[in-house]
Amino acid sequence: MDILFQQLINGITVGSVYALVALGYTMVYGIIGLINFAHGDVVMVGAMAATSLVLALVAADPAGVSAWLAVGAALLLAIPACMALGWAAERLAYRPLRRAPRLAALITAIGVSIIIQNAAMMGWGRNYLSFPHIIEPMVFQLGGARISLLQILIIVSAVGIMAGLLAVVHRTRLGTAMRATAQNREVAGLMGVNINTVISAAFVIGSALAAVAGVMVAAYYGVAQYTMGFMLGLKAFTAAVLGGIGNLGGAMLGGLLLGVIESLGAGYIGDLTGGVFGSNYQDVFSFIVLILVLVFRPSGLLGERVGDRA
Amino acid sequence: MQSTKAFKSMAAAAAFMAGCAFAPAPAAQTVVKLGFAAPLTGPQSHYGEDMKNGLELALEEANAQNIELDGKTAKFELVTRDDQADPRTAVQVAQQIADEDVKGILGHFNSGTTIPASRIYNDAGVPQIAMATSPEYTRQGYDTTFRMMTSDTQQGAAAGEFIVKDLGAKNVALIDDRTAYGQGLADEVAKAVEANGGKIITREYTTDKANDFTSILTNIKSRQPDAIFFGGLDAQSGPMRRQMLTLGIKAPLVSGEMTRSDTFLKLAGDAANGTYASLAGVPLKQMAAGEKFEAAYKARFNKEPGVYAPYAYDGAWNMITAMKEAGSAEPKAYLPKLAALQRTGATSENIAYDEHGDLKEISVTIYEVKNGKWEMVKTMVSKAN
Repeated sequence: MDILFQQLINGITVGSVYALVALGYTMVYGIIGLINFAHGDVVMVGAMAATSLVLALVAADPAGVSAWLAVGAALLLAIPACMALGWAAERLAYRPLRRAPRLAALITAIGVSIIIQNAAMMGWGRNYLSFPHIIEPMVFQLGGARISLLQILIIVSAVGIMAGLLAVVHRTRLGTAMRATAQNREVAGLMGVNINTVISAAFVIGSALAAVAGVMVAAYYGVAQYTMGFMLGLKAFTAAVLGGIGNLGGAMLGGLLLGVIESLGAGYIGDLTGGVFGSNYQDVFSFIVLILVLVFRPSGLLGERVGDRA
Repeated sequence: MQSTKAFKSMAAAAAFMAGCAFAPAPAAQTVVKLGFAAPLTGPQSHYGEDMKNGLELALEEANAQNIELDGKTAKFELVTRDDQADPRTAVQVAQQIADEDVKGILGHFNSGTTIPASRIYNDAGVPQIAMATSPEYTRQGYDTTFRMMTSDTQQGAAAGEFIVKDLGAKNVALIDDRTAYGQGLADEVAKAVEANGGKIITREYTTDKANDFTSILTNIKSRQPDAIFFGGLDAQSGPMRRQMLTLGIKAPLVSGEMTRSDTFLKLAGDAANGTYASLAGVPLKQMAAGEKFEAAYKARFNKEPGVYAPYAYDGAWNMITAMKEAGSAEPKAYLPKLAALQRTGATSENIAYDEHGDLKEISVTIYEVKNGKWEMVKTMVSKAN
C-alpha cells in the first residue's frame, strides 16, 4: 500500500509537469489546429536559461544566495525568454503558413524544433548543465510514502497555474476572444476579434507555462541539456491527445493520468507479467496509451467529437 | 649556429641513452614499424594523447638499448593514425596501417574501434595489443588479440566482489541503461555477486536519456536491497543518486568508471556522498614501478601522466620484450613468445596473458565519494576468467 501511494506521488509530480506542457499544445491546437512540435524545445530553453542564471548567481556568491530569490530570478528570466521565443516562432514561421495546407505547418513546426535545439547546442554546448542544489532537500513522511518539499511545490504551483489559466479563458475578454476564435476563426474575425492578437496570445501564454515547466524539471532532476525537450514534448503531446486535444481540462487530466500510468506501469509491470516485461517498457506505456486512445476514442477522454471543419 | 643546434639535439639523444653510454658500434640498422591508432582529435583526444605518450616513452627507451633483432640493430618507429573514436574511420586507418608493413599494433583505444579493426590486423597476421575493455575483443577466436588493461569482465568481477565482501550486501538490486556498455557491465556484476554468495533480488532498466528513476527506485526500495548497482553513464547516475535519497533509500549506489567523474559530483550534489565506483587500473603510486615511470614521463613530456599512459607503456614493452626473446620482429616468430610472456612492468610485477589474450592479473580500484570528492577506498586484483 505504501508502495502504491509512493508511486502515485511520483506519478502526480511528473504528471503535473506533463499537464503544464500539454496545455501549450492544446491551446495552440484548439485555436489554429496546429500541432506545435517545437513546444517541447521551448520547455528546454526555459530550463537551460533558468539553470544558467542560477549557476551564475551561485558562482557569484556561493554562500549567500537565497534559494527562493534565485528561483524567482530564474522564473523572471525564463518566462519572458520563452514568451518571446513562442511569439517569434508564431510570427515568423507559422503565420505566413496559416492558409497553407496543415502538413506544411506541421513540417515547419518540426523544422522550428530542430532550429531551436541546434541553436541551444551552439549556445550552451553539448554537456549537461547541473542545476545547483539550492532548494532545501526537505522530505515529509506521508504514511509510508515520502514527498519532498520540491515535489509539493511542483504540484501546488501547477494546480495554481492551471486554475489561473482556466480563470483567464473563462472570465476575461481575451479568454472570450480565444474561445470564439477556437469555435470559428472567420466569424470571430467578422465580430471584431483581432485574430492575430488572439493567436499570438495563445502561443505566448503556452510558452510561459512551458517556461515554468522547464524550471520545475531542471530543479527537480537537477539536469538540463539541449535534447531534453524532445521526449518531454512527446509525452506532453500524448497527454494532450489522451485528454482530448483542444480541451484545456482534458490536457490537465491527461497529463496527470499519463504521469500516474507511467509510474504505476514501470513499478508494477514486472510483477504483473511475472517478469516477462520489465521497467525497460516504461516509455512504451505512454505510447501504448496514445495508440489505444487513437484507436478507441480518437477525440480523447474529454474531447468532443467534431466533424472536419471546412 | 647549425653545428651547436646539432650538438644540442645529439646531447638530448644521449640523455635518453643514459645507462648505456658505451653502446657497441651499431651494426646494420633495421626499422621496425609499429602501428598505433586512437582518437587524436575530438572530445576523446586527450585519451589518445595520453596513450601515445606512454608508447613513445617505451619506444625511445627501447631504441636507446640498441636491441638486436634478425641480426640487425632495431630502431622502433610508430606509424600513427587518428581513428576519431569512430568505427568506420578505424577500419580505414587500420587498412592504411596494415599496408605499411608494420610488425605489431599498439591500439586502438575504444572497444568500438578496436573490434572492427582487429579483423584487418588478424588477416594481415599482425599481433595487436589494445586498450579496449569490451570482453568481445579477445573472444573473436583470433590468436593476435591482446589487451593492455582490464576487460569489463574483470572490472565487473571486482565490483561484484566488493559489493558482497566489503559492503556486506547480500541482496543486490541492478539497474542498467540498456546500452552495450551498461548492460554488459551489469551482467558481469550480477555473475560476480552470485559467485560471491550474494543474491540479485531485482533488475530494472532505464535508458541513457532518462532522468526520472523514481518508479523503478520505489519498486527497488520495496524489496529492501543492501546495495544498488547501476551500469550506465554519469548523466543518469547523478539524478538517480539524488532520487534515492529523496525516496529514503539507505542502500549505497555502486557504479562503474563512467560514474567516477566530476559531472557525477555536480549532478548529484550533496547526495553524492556514499556512492562507490570502480575504475580500471591503479593510481601510479600503487604500481610496481609507478614512481619511476612518473619521473621518466614528466622528464620527457613535462606533465603528469594520465590513467592510460603507464598501461600503454607496458603494452609496448610487452611486444618489444617478446621480439627480444624471439630475436626477431617477424610476427610469426614472436607471437608465441608474446602469448607466453612473463615479465615485470611499470604497472605490475606479474604481466602475463591468458589463453584469450587478456591480462591474467589486473588491478581495479574502488573509489567512494567523501565530502564531495572521489577518494580511493581499495585496490583489488582481478583474475582473468
